[in-house]
Amino acid sequence: MTPKLNEIWVYLAASPLLGLTATLLAYQVASLLYQRAKFNPLANPVAIAVAILVLLLTLTGTSYKTYFDGAQFVHFLLGPATVALAIPLYQQLPALRRDWFALLIGMLAGSTAAITTAMGVAWALGASPVTILSLAPKSVTSPIAMGIAEKIGGLPSLTAVMVIATGILGATLARTILTWMKFTDHKVMGFALGVTAHGIGTARGFQVSEEMGAFAGLAMGLSGVMTALLLPLALTVLGVI
Amino acid sequence: MIATFATLLVFQALGEGLSYALSLPIPGPVIGMVLLLAYLMIRPAVVDTLAPTAMGLLRHLSLLFVPAGVGIMVHARLIAAEWLPISMALLASVVVSIAVTAAVVRALQK
Repeated sequence: MTPKLNEIWVYLAASPLLGLTATLLAYQVASLLYQRAKFNPLANPVAIAVAILVLLLTLTGTSYKTYFDGAQFVHFLLGPATVALAIPLYQQLPALRRDWFALLIGMLAGSTAAITTAMGVAWALGASPVTILSLAPKSVTSPIAMGIAEKIGGLPSLTAVMVIATGILGATLARTILTWMKFTDHKVMGFALGVTAHGIGTARGFQVSEEMGAFAGLAMGLSGVMTALLLPLALTVLGVI
Repeated sequence: MIATFATLLVFQALGEGLSYALSLPIPGPVIGMVLLLAYLMIRPAVVDTLAPTAMGLLRHLSLLFVPAGVGIMVHARLIAAEWLPISMALLASVVVSIAVTAAVVRALQK
């Protein structure tokens, strides 16, 4: 019996089915835990699902490449989901028209603060140049951040991990920080969440209210585009790269 | 549902095509989002058709980040060697970014 089972495992492990199934199951478990924790941001579902999967892959000796052969189908949906952000954005157009100037300046200030703080702290604590450059674009959505990292000499795959970690941290801390600063407007809170924590912040925003999610999505798109345009230019002008 | 999905993919493809053709630094899906927004402004009626499926997809947005997050495995060694500067940089930058963005927007809001 044992060699048979072993053969079945080898057969299944080689197909994309396992990576995909494991991703959905791990996320399902993470979502249940998140619900059980009454949507406490500390029980972030992305963090829990990633932890479950890393543990599973390590225990079974499966490589990330093999896993990603299956998981890429989920990863692919990031594209259409980004396009879909146009819908909540459209629904918030009146608010956007009224406050476009405040939002634009807030986004520029927040993105600049995020980039300089990340690079500055990493440099002061002795991080290697490649790590510092991989950290620079970490506040924007992963496809944009990876493109920027490649352009400025960071490691795109390391940047992707930093992007996810930033998203989880931002989604976890935003409410505490903003409540402490006495913010109650879901539009402003969502916007700060999106500038800082891109798509994971947006996902968190939609769990609170559609307004918060829409403004997070708007901030994510806006800061993604501006960072892609300005960061490589700024680093070149300042002589960092 | 299929119609909505096809619409999203068409706009993504348009965005990817434009990004490639003009060698823009902006990824295709972001351009696709802007194009779809422009289209909705011309044809507002389309929103009601797209909204249910699109919002369903966005409700599960966090799932879509899981595969990239598992990539932490690949860089485990580098991250273990530089965990202090990396974690401090991430933490400081997240706190500062949230506070600065929200404070500036509130100060300039009408």
